[in-house]
Order: sequence, then structure tokens, then C-alpha cells
Amino acid sequence: MVPSPVRRSRLPGFGLSLGITILWLSLIVLIPISAVFVKGASQGWGTFWAAAGSPRALAAYRLSFGAAALAAAVNCLFGLLVAWVLLRYRFAGRRLLGALIDLPLALPTAVAGIALTALYADTGPLGRLLEPLGLPVAYHPAGVVVALTFIGLPFVVRTIEPVLAEVSSEAEEAALTLGATRLQTFFRVILPTIAPALATGFALAFARGAGEYGSVIFIAGNMPFKSEIAPLLIITQLEEYNYAGAAAIACVMLVISFAVLLLLNLLQHWQSRSRV
Amino acid sequence: MPAAGLREHPLIKALLIAMAVGYVALMLLLPLGAVLAEAFSKGWGLWFAAISAPDARASIRLTLIVATITVALNTVFGIAASWAIAKFDFPGKAPLIALIELPFSVSPVVAGLVFVLIFGAQGWLGPWLEAHDIHVIFALPGLVLATLFVTFPFVARQLIPLMTSQGRADEEAALTLGASGLQTFWRVTLPNIRFGLLYGVLLCNARAMGEFGAVSVVSGHIRGETNTMPLQIEALYDDYDFVAAFAVASLLTLLAVVTLALKSALEWRHRDQLSARP
Repeated sequence: MVPSPVRRSRLPGFGLSLGITILWLSLIVLIPISAVFVKGASQGWGTFWAAAGSPRALAAYRLSFGAAALAAAVNCLFGLLVAWVLLRYRFAGRRLLGALIDLPLALPTAVAGIALTALYADTGPLGRLLEPLGLPVAYHPAGVVVALTFIGLPFVVRTIEPVLAEVSSEAEEAALTLGATRLQTFFRVILPTIAPALATGFALAFARGAGEYGSVIFIAGNMPFKSEIAPLLIITQLEEYNYAGAAAIACVMLVISFAVLLLLNLLQHWQSRSRV
Repeated sequence: MPAAGLREHPLIKALLIAMAVGYVALMLLLPLGAVLAEAFSKGWGLWFAAISAPDARASIRLTLIVATITVALNTVFGIAASWAIAKFDFPGKAPLIALIELPFSVSPVVAGLVFVLIFGAQGWLGPWLEAHDIHVIFALPGLVLATLFVTFPFVARQLIPLMTSQGRADEEAALTLGASGLQTFWRVTLPNIRFGLLYGVLLCNARAMGEFGAVSVVSGHIRGETNTMPLQIEALYDDYDFVAAFAVASLLTLLAVVTLALKSALEWRHRDQLSARP
């Protein structure tokens, strides 16, 4: 389709539809989020940092963000493998494999949580194998990584797929003609092309994983300082009626999420430029 | 077909396929199987008893109510937002889209917390609500608000790129031929976007029915009253009533499988009408 020349739209309903959009966005998202910052700021720096910067909170951030980064890295590796196999090979069950990738988006997180716990507990089919090897997963920090790896896979695969599909066969043929091996072509031609998409997929999986709650709390031991994630600490504060403390921790999480989001937008900008 | 040198050795290809299939089977398929195995481990009778228990039935009803309200509201919002963003030119579009997608990067627990801070007993509106005997937190309105927040971007995100790629020529032609604005929307725009809309609604609904973290904060966990299905699963699990927990979980697993099947069917049959690509 030829892009239409710049001219004003003659369609009706602009004021109404934009009005609904901004009103609904403000009521459901913007005003509620600002409530967290107002509540967080209203208590003064001293009490804010007493809650948001307490050793227990720092340990929780470290676990949430560390496990999310580790899980996103694992998903980048296997997500690239899965996207590659789905796009480039024809084999029996390919469509089923493609459909299964989105399971973590469709399966409720609480269901994923109890299912993973059943598998990785010391009585479960996988836990029974891992425990004697000295690799306990359930009720340990490793369980958090397993749950976040489950949650994050579709974000990486779905981000890489369209970009990997666009890698031109001409570039690969040129590399072949110039004497590059298949492996050299992958690392020198294909990987640089999809690197921005890989980074975007990492950021999406990381952002989702850092805030994840449902799938994690069943499999993590939820021990303070050891296997307690940041969202759980917020809930603990709420249950103790410490609204200000909960808001302070939420502020820290929101600021980090927004920083990731900003980075993500810069990445997408980079991606769209590198694809031209 | 690519040249011979552009194809991997058959052995390497087989190895890569085996690794990808093995990883997905281990990470995704096995948990799916675990839910069903646990749910039916004590037979159909106990499974049926578990899902027809009064508290389980109440949680199913509540989940359906919350999902119906939120999906309907966010669908109306999604259509309005994509109409404004895709069919008109105005400054600030990119930041607006970023704000619409904001809930994707907010922890579900924070999504619940924000409404407690506003409507909770110690919240901004708490005393006023109490004086007028209006219940938001620990009641249906709170569950709906928290679910609205987490499912906010689903429909809009699907429709904005689709409607942008379709342009406005069809609508302009209809208007020129004398159709009213509403007629144009119902007869031209809606048929054009119907598969993309269905796709967005499908994913929005799956998330609405399965949401856990956000509703966990606002629900109060009153069994038979404010427990949605995922919260009921947690309650049963904490009671060590694993068969019942997995039985309720198997219903949500069925929902996930049906969602995936419909989604895949849409992708295979109507791929051209889902994505922004011409």
C-alpha cells in the first residue's frame, strides 16, 4: 500500500474516542499509579528508606531482579533455538510446538506455580532426580529461576521470530560465497541482525519476571533474606497494615520497571533503525 | 530452497530440533501434564466432588462475573483507543501508546496495591466509602478494578497496529457514499478488524480469568465470597487439599488449552487479518 500523503483525517469521532482513551487511562492506570508515589513520598525520606532500603527489602530486590535476569538469559538462549527451529525447519509436530510456546501467557500463574512445585518438590518426578545430585529446586532460590524461566519463554520467542524471518538469504549466501562457514555466518551475519530483537526479548522477559508473583510463591520457600521475592514482601507489609512500607517498596519496583520500559523503547527505536 | 551450503548438516538439524522439542516438553508440556495427573490422581469421583463443592462453584461464578465485566470494558476502551490512535494524526501518539502498555511492566501485586491505597480502610477514599457503606476493597468492585488494570493493554495493543496498517480509505469511501459515522463503524471498520479483535479479546479473557497477584491483594480471601478460581486454588493448596486444588486448576488449564487452540486456529486461517503486515 502506498503511504497516504499527509492530510487531515475526515473521519468522525476523534474527540469522543480520544476522550474515552484518556479518561479511562487516567482512571484505571495513571491516577492509581500516582497514588503509590504520593503515598511513598508523603512519609518523608527517613521512613521511606527505612522500608525501601531495609536489608530484608534489599535481599528481596536482589532475588527478584537477579532471578529475572538469569531466567531471561536462559530464555534468550533457548528462545533463539526454538525460534530458529520453528522458522527454518519442517518437521512433524512443528505447529503444535509453535502453539505450545504461548502456554505461559494462557495458563494462570497460580496453576503454573502449583504444577511446577509438584514437579520439582523432593517427592515430584523431577525433584526426585535433582535432589540426590545436590540440586534442590523447590523451596530454594533455584525454584524462583525455574518459575520465571517458565513465564518468560514466549516473550523472547515472539520477539525474535519476526526479525529472524526477515534475515535475508542474500546476506547468508554472500557470506557463504565469501567462504564463511555456517557457524561463522551465524555469529557474524545472523546474530548481529537479530541482536536488538534479542535484547528487546530479554527486557520484556526480565520486566515480567521481576514483578511476577503467582507462579513463584508456591515454589519458592518464601523465607526472608533467602527466598522471599519483592512482590511478596509488599503483600507481607500490607498484611501488617504497613501501607507506607508497602508503597515504598512498590515505588522502588515501579522506578526500576519504568527504567526498563524506557530502555525497551530506546531498543525498539534502535531495532527499527537497524532494520531499514 | 536455499543453497546446499545454507542448510545445516542433517545431523545438526536433527539435534537442534530435538533440543528445541526437548526443552519445550520439559519446561512447558510437563507442567501441563502434572496438573492433570494430580487432578485425577484419586479418580473422577473426587475430581467432580472438588469442582462441585459450594466454595469452588462460588469461585467459578465470581471468576466469570469479573472476567465478563473487565473484558467488556477493556474491549470498548481498546476499540476507542485504536480508533483515535490509528485513524487520526496528533502529536504525542508514541508516549500515549507507551502509557497504554504501562501495565505490562507493573508487577500484578503493585496493581492490586494501588487500589488498596485509594479505596482501602486507610486509603484516600476509605473513610468516605465507609461512611456511605460502599465496599470496594475485599469486594467485587476491587476485584474488577485490579483485573481491569492488568488486562488494560490487551485489546488496544492488538488493534492499534492492525488498524494503522488498514488506513482510513475504506471508512472515507463509506462516508463519501453517505453512510453515517456509526454505520461506517459497524459495517466497515468492525468487519475489517473482527479477527484481530477476537484475538485480543481471547488473550484479555485468559488473563482476566487467570489473574492471581493483583486480585490476591484486593480480595480479602473470603471463601465462597471474594475468592476467584486462582485464589480458591491457593486456599485449597494451603489446606494441603492438593486433589481439590489441582481439580480447580484443571478447569483453568482447560481454559488455557482452549484459548491456545482458538488462538492458533485464528493465526493459521486469518494471519493476514491479524497482523499489521500487508
